[in-house]
Amino acid sequence: MRLLLGTLFALAVAAAVGLGATYFALTHNAAFGALRIGAWTAWPKTGTQDADPYARAEIARTGRLPVALGDGVTFLASTDDKGKRLDGRCDVQIVGVTPAARFWTLTLYNREGELVPNSINRYAFTSQEIVRRGDGSFEIVVAPRANAGNWLPTGGVERYTLALRFYDTAVGVATKEGREVPMPAVKTRSCP
Amino acid sequence: MIRWLLLLFGGALLGGIVHLATIIILPRTATQDAYSRLTPIAPVNTVTSLPEPTPEKSVMPLMDPAFASAICRYDLSKGPMKLTVPVSLAYTSVSFYTDRDIAYYAINDRSAGRRNIELDLMTVEQHNEMPEDEEITAADRLIVESPTLTGVIAIRALAPDPGLMPMAKRAVDAARCQHTDVAKDAD
Repeated sequence: MRLLLGTLFALAVAAAVGLGATYFALTHNAAFGALRIGAWTAWPKTGTQDADPYARAEIARTGRLPVALGDGVTFLASTDDKGKRLDGRCDVQIVGVTPAARFWTLTLYNREGELVPNSINRYAFTSQEIVRRGDGSFEIVVAPRANAGNWLPTGGVERYTLALRFYDTAVGVATKEGREVPMPAVKTRSCP
Repeated sequence: MIRWLLLLFGGALLGGIVHLATIIILPRTATQDAYSRLTPIAPVNTVTSLPEPTPEKSVMPLMDPAFASAICRYDLSKGPMKLTVPVSLAYTSVSFYTDRDIAYYAINDRSAGRRNIELDLMTVEQHNEMPEDEEITAADRLIVESPTLTGVIAIRALAPDPGLMPMAKRAVDAARCQHTDVAKDAD
């Protein structure tokens, strides 16, 4: 009886620990080789054949085709620079410059990776569309209500993720955080 | 007491194995991964253009809405494939994925350096079997080796602003993906 109880206990612990760790890894993107710059994180290796088992599992679970490294690199942000979750009811500013790339795009997704409906059907900006300042830097306002300048509507969703993708860029597996990769700052400006 | 602690420790250890096993097995059992999503809508060995992602409907999550895209789901069991993609005005890229959605090669219009991106796709064995003399004429051909027999090629063209989307769409729709011997007969 004691043996049976003990075995059941050990197996229950194994299932809880094992499946719990797997769930955590998949929901928190535990792939190795993350490149973190400010609020932005990229996994350059996920777009190559060297993708580790965690990256492979995450790709299979989400059902996306990752951007291949020879094509570009995807940076994701779901918090601002201070670590506060991005909230679609707040005004969020994205200010600064980007690493060198032929083109980049900034897209807003909900937590499921879907586009968010909004009144003007704008889901993304490309590097060609935005209005820049004299020094080449830019400012994009991610907000629920219309703003002057570069306005990316949130549709009022509670939580969202921003994807900043660089195409034909030197940013890759060997890139380290530093001056060669200046990422724009993400600041929450005002919340209702 | 010690007995229960030991059991707890043993259980946690076993849990680690369960964790690693599930992570490794997951890609093999996934039914909603990109390749499985594309299988019902894309016939094999031909180019299928994908509808633009919208909030209501998107073939895959996290698609870039600034791109027009098409895919070619390939099967190399009957021989190598030939891929031709006309270059659009802004930015065109071709990425190759295995049937487990792992990217193994990508090229863009600038690295291809012509008005068309032309590639031959074959398995490592098919490349090795290629006759020597053909290897010489193949010098100016771009050969991509696929690690798997089946997979998917993503052809994407950027529309730098929404007004250029029709132009990007035309470029990806004009892409061709067919067996090499079929392509030869057509010439």
